[in-house]
Amino acid sequence: MAPRLPRPVRNLPAIAYVALVYGFIFLPVAVLVLFSFQESRVPVPPFNGPSLRWYAAVFSDTRMMDALTNSILVALLSSLVSVVLGFLAAYGLARHRVPMSGLIQGFLTAPLTVSYLIIAMGLLITFNAVGVPKSLLTIGIGHVVINLPLCFAIVYSQMGEHQANIERAARDLGAAEWQVLLLVTVPILWPALFASFFLAVTFSWDEFIIAFMVSRFEVTLPVEIWSMLRSGLNPKTNAVGSFVFLISIAIVLVLDLIVLRKRKA
Amino acid sequence: MSTGGMSKGGMSGTAVEIDRVTKRFEQTLALDAISLAIEEGSFVVLLGPSGSGKTTLLNILGGFLEPTTGRVLIKGADVTFVPPAKRPTTTVFQDYALFPHMTIAGNVGFGLAMRGVARPERCARVETALELVGLAHTRARKVHQLSGGQRQRIALARALVVEPAVLLLDEPLGALDLKLRRQMQEELKAIQKRVGTTFVHVTHDQDEAMAIADTIVVMNEGRIEDQGAPERVYLRPKSRFTADFMGDSNFIAGRVAEAAAGQVMVDTALGRFAVEGTAAVGQAVTLSVRPEHVRAGAAAGAAQPLGTARVLESGFFGTHHQCTAALEAAERPFKVRLPQKESIAPGSDLPLSVDPADLVLLTG
Repeated sequence: MAPRLPRPVRNLPAIAYVALVYGFIFLPVAVLVLFSFQESRVPVPPFNGPSLRWYAAVFSDTRMMDALTNSILVALLSSLVSVVLGFLAAYGLARHRVPMSGLIQGFLTAPLTVSYLIIAMGLLITFNAVGVPKSLLTIGIGHVVINLPLCFAIVYSQMGEHQANIERAARDLGAAEWQVLLLVTVPILWPALFASFFLAVTFSWDEFIIAFMVSRFEVTLPVEIWSMLRSGLNPKTNAVGSFVFLISIAIVLVLDLIVLRKRKA
Repeated sequence: MSTGGMSKGGMSGTAVEIDRVTKRFEQTLALDAISLAIEEGSFVVLLGPSGSGKTTLLNILGGFLEPTTGRVLIKGADVTFVPPAKRPTTTVFQDYALFPHMTIAGNVGFGLAMRGVARPERCARVETALELVGLAHTRARKVHQLSGGQRQRIALARALVVEPAVLLLDEPLGALDLKLRRQMQEELKAIQKRVGTTFVHVTHDQDEAMAIADTIVVMNEGRIEDQGAPERVYLRPKSRFTADFMGDSNFIAGRVAEAAAGQVMVDTALGRFAVEGTAAVGQAVTLSVRPEHVRAGAAAGAAQPLGTARVLESGFFGTHHQCTAALEAAERPFKVRLPQKESIAPGSDLPLSVDPADLVLLTG
């Protein structure tokens, strides 16, 4: 029998495969981040940094900063609305006998399967017909349309029968319906509500198509980046791209930490 | 508990009156015109197999279900359509349904907070309730840090602290292991005696029912089969179902030969027996006898011989032996209980006899 190769050698193909996969996924991001620290005016090799001049340029660009504020505003508010509406829909469908609840559930989650482009076009036509001017509000409405189904699905999946009994116990002890919701249902569902809120924030944060189509003067960060890209590549786009990426990572990390902490408890 | 006005005795009346309550779920009739009066301060056990309607009845008492027809009165007030939050009842749920995000003190104090009881009084009453169940030291813990038996007690404290007129218990001991269950039965009984609250307890465990109840209500297929003190229900069951469901019974088919005041003569394949009860001459009846009332050996005293039986099986149950023995004249084998130290091998012959006073006349 041939001598068995040492473990690290035997695992070599697997390691190489994993390296390739991760390289494929993360190399573009790594390059983007690397050249955001470029010193010269073009984000191509050779790398001649590191320098923070392009970050300084981004943060002193008032249009960019306005777009950043808009993005944060739209992300937080639209996510909040999505979670509240999604939670109430889930509670209603899980706890009450609603006629045609299967159909209602289907319609609630259906937007998950529709492409953002179609949703954006639909919204655009609707806003035009109704006479709603394009603004941050219309972007926010668009983001609620895409995030509400997600929030509903996450919260609904966490409303088990055992929890229904806990709510029954609260009612039995004299709690009014709003007290049951605020003192029992919401605290128990806290991890699910938290998770769906942060997922909605990340989706809203880097959503482009809807934000692009239903906005005019007030735009969000992805739309602003897009208009900057049209005038050609420069390390400033890398810097702002890296910043957007950093924020997304931060949100995911916060979410992960909180969910993991809950699991351990 | 804290007000001290709940001691047992004093004024005694009807705590709950169930008046011809029927509950229909689409095609099935869960409760069929049930009427039941529950005396204040008593420990009532609703006993029956699954599907007998006992849990449905409890849910109607708690306000979680509304009856299709009929009324429910608690302390004289019609509460048929009053929601759970506004009823003078609280429930100990089968899965306890404690609030996992609150401390133990938060759980027990929840009902008081909902009633707007101010914090100092609330704390004092929570403390008293926790002491009642012997868990005052757990007040700052979370639910997941307690054992099953402890959770059960917290659920009890949480339901009792608001001083309900009636406490409803929905198979509260079902999730505990046998040893703990027996221990909790004693505790439950002791706590009920101390607080004097009316307890309505649902179970399918007849041993549990006999151990804790003042009154057992035997239910079957949405109807009340029998109700009364455990001794009465066990020793003089009113129906064949009760005799069969409450422990083991042997049944002897027969026909009434003579009837006098309070006594009838019944002809059976095993002989003629004089038993207590009333029935018409010629009526087909059943005599029931508990395995522990069937005597092995030659008939002596008031006992009447049943014949000699062939032992089919024999088993040891710790406190006694139980065997099944076939009598030639009887259509079904008899269950017979023998003393702990008296074992008998299958295949041997066993003369059986019975005191007619132990025979129960079943006309249903």
